Amino acid sequence: MELSYTKEEQEFRQEVRAFLKEKLPADLARKVKESKITTRDDMMRWHRILYEKGWIAPAWPKQYGGAEWSIIQRHIYDEEAAEAGAPAVAPFGLVMCGPVVMKFGNQKQKDFFLPKILSGDIVFCQGYSEPGSGSDLASLKTKAERDGDNYRVNGQKTWTSMARWADWIFCLVRTDPAAKKQEGISFLLIDMKTPGIRVRPIVTMDGGAEINETFFDDVIVPQANRIGEENKGWTYAKYLLGNERTSIGQVGGSKRELKKLKDIAKAEHMDQSRRFRDKVALLEIELMALEQSNLRMIASLSGGKDPGAEASILKIRGSEIQQRITELTFEALGPVALPFQREAMEEGWNGEIVGPDYAPPVAPKYFNMRKTSIYGGSNEIQHNILAKAVLGL
Amino acid sequence: MDFDYSEEQRLLDETVRRLVKDEYEFAARKKYLAEPQGFSAAMWAKYAELGLLGLPFAEEYGGFGGGGIETMIVMEALGRGLALEPYLATVVLGGGLIALAGSDGQKSDILPEIAAGKMMLAFAQGERHSRFDLAHVETTAKAQGAGFALNGRKTVVLHGGAAHKFVVSARTAGSGNDKSGITLFVVDRDAKGVTVRDYPTVDGLRAADVTLADVAVGADAVLGPRDNAYPLIVRATDRAVAALCAEAIGIIETLNAMTLDYVKTRKQFGVAIGSFQVIQHRLVDMLINAEQAKSMEILAAMSIDGNDQRERERAVSAAKVQIGQSGRFVGQQAIQLHGGIGMTDEYAAGHYFKRLSSIEHTFGDTDYHLDRFPAF
Repeated sequence: MELSYTKEEQEFRQEVRAFLKEKLPADLARKVKESKITTRDDMMRWHRILYEKGWIAPAWPKQYGGAEWSIIQRHIYDEEAAEAGAPAVAPFGLVMCGPVVMKFGNQKQKDFFLPKILSGDIVFCQGYSEPGSGSDLASLKTKAERDGDNYRVNGQKTWTSMARWADWIFCLVRTDPAAKKQEGISFLLIDMKTPGIRVRPIVTMDGGAEINETFFDDVIVPQANRIGEENKGWTYAKYLLGNERTSIGQVGGSKRELKKLKDIAKAEHMDQSRRFRDKVALLEIELMALEQSNLRMIASLSGGKDPGAEASILKIRGSEIQQRITELTFEALGPVALPFQREAMEEGWNGEIVGPDYAPPVAPKYFNMRKTSIYGGSNEIQHNILAKAVLGL
Repeated sequence: MDFDYSEEQRLLDETVRRLVKDEYEFAARKKYLAEPQGFSAAMWAKYAELGLLGLPFAEEYGGFGGGGIETMIVMEALGRGLALEPYLATVVLGGGLIALAGSDGQKSDILPEIAAGKMMLAFAQGERHSRFDLAHVETTAKAQGAGFALNGRKTVVLHGGAAHKFVVSARTAGSGNDKSGITLFVVDRDAKGVTVRDYPTVDGLRAADVTLADVAVGADAVLGPRDNAYPLIVRATDRAVAALCAEAIGIIETLNAMTLDYVKTRKQFGVAIGSFQVIQHRLVDMLINAEQAKSMEILAAMSIDGNDQRERERAVSAAKVQIGQSGRFVGQQAIQLHGGIGMTDEYAAGHYFKRLSSIEHTFGDTDYHLDRFPAF
């Protein structure tokens, strides 16, 4: 048993740290640390810096232009990037769709999409959820009917993060309405500029609009944009969900946010409150346990074992901890968090903030983070997965 | 980074697990409970034979030089069987203090005897009003001739009834809960003026009140530095906490397995109750609690031998908090999901629950360790 990293891994950490110090733009890091609103330009600026370094796709094999890092290297990078305040890179192409293209796409699709996903020339969004299909994803109704060499797509997707920023969308569509629900689904890649696609932002309770409704009205999609076989889309979708689970607990980001919570609490003299102090201590202990569980999973993955459904434990605890941090940050500020100052979270706003500089994003962030136990398979679904796959119930 | 056991550790794990599985079935435990000392003399001899009683001691004293992980492996297995023997009291605490601070003479007199299974120790530390404050020592040691005279009363001394020797904390200076002025003494159970009142604890284990009335000891009875034993007491107690955390993990995992098995077989309304989603999600929450607790058990065991005192205490306290909470949840839910049968004395679940509850209130409860954890 050994908790420490090898010499090579420690050197790698130094390399990552030096890179972040040199290349991560200070204005971006500040925005992330201050929970300001990041734009598409912000995201793509960082994307291109990582691309030039060859680090944009940590898990991809070298033959496709990835960094092909080990699981432990990826974990080290995640930790360092979170601490430094690097903006998130959109996962939809790099983590979700890319590996599906690699595994199930044809050569033409690989040649076209993979280099563009890497370079950022194609930003993907995800077309899974529908108004009537949340946790019961396989009940989706958006249909794709054959029309010569094309499909004619009609229906609606929802909760589409980044739809307004995306160039392409990967979609689950129903190609055989007569088949059992998992068996009539296909996996399509659709250019967002295709006529008939309409995107409507959804304003969430925090005042933001990172999600959208995406409507498909007689959208013509070449059959050549289908991944793999027709009606086998559910298999590809499941493969996608199994990818990249080393950061599912969001430990790095939570460590950064916990530190911020403590800074704010001190500034608000809440470290003097015994009751509040105990809540923070308890949360930190829960995060320590999560970090340790995450390391155990990484070590076991690294040893070639399949963590399988146990990653669901990290998703459940990780999302609860992310939420709790924002909850306690709101508590630390109390009434000072109440003024709604969305404009103060925008780049370049020069007005006078009510209260301290760190106040405006605090309540919106608390509201926004309620999403974490809903998305990516709600925590109730994660419970079902664990009950079935780990406990055999 | 590696969470796998070494070859030696794997062998140790297999050995103690098999021993507990073969020799510590619930029915066997009942027989051991009825023995005069409240535990099995034969099992103690087996532990000695397998080298478990000298595990953490240096080789020159008949030991194997084991560390936190080795103790964790043993305690976890003992937890699975709800073992009754004074392993924690004798090997981890009593022997641990001798190994940490003993003179060469004390070490060679005592440690090989423990390793051979011939001597048991107990740590006489707690007093009626000390609760978890390790500096609260009212028992006094007054200089008398070349030695000392001890007076005071120690309570809930784990396995005090079986001990041949006590490590007693007493005040040689200061008062109340001063951290300085505390000295440790090795006192024979047979010494004049020592009275031991032995009793069972709620979990079926044994403890004792130890009264010291003008007990005369020589200068060679002093263990470690005079007036400055407090850091030693903290260090030994932290080791005991890490060991208790491991015992708790053995119990938590056993309760989870037992409950899972039960809900798969118990039928109501014509189906196994494990087919109900409310039961399934409860069991998943028990699993998550066990996993988080297990992570902290390992962190504590890995940190316990480290030299950074702050890091060590932080890890140990965090582990005790996590395991206190997880243990309470798993224990209570295990009884709940078993229903009426879980309430009975004839069924094992209640006994596991009682031991978990005792552990929660030993060497600092959740609140105590939450307080010690450095939040800001």
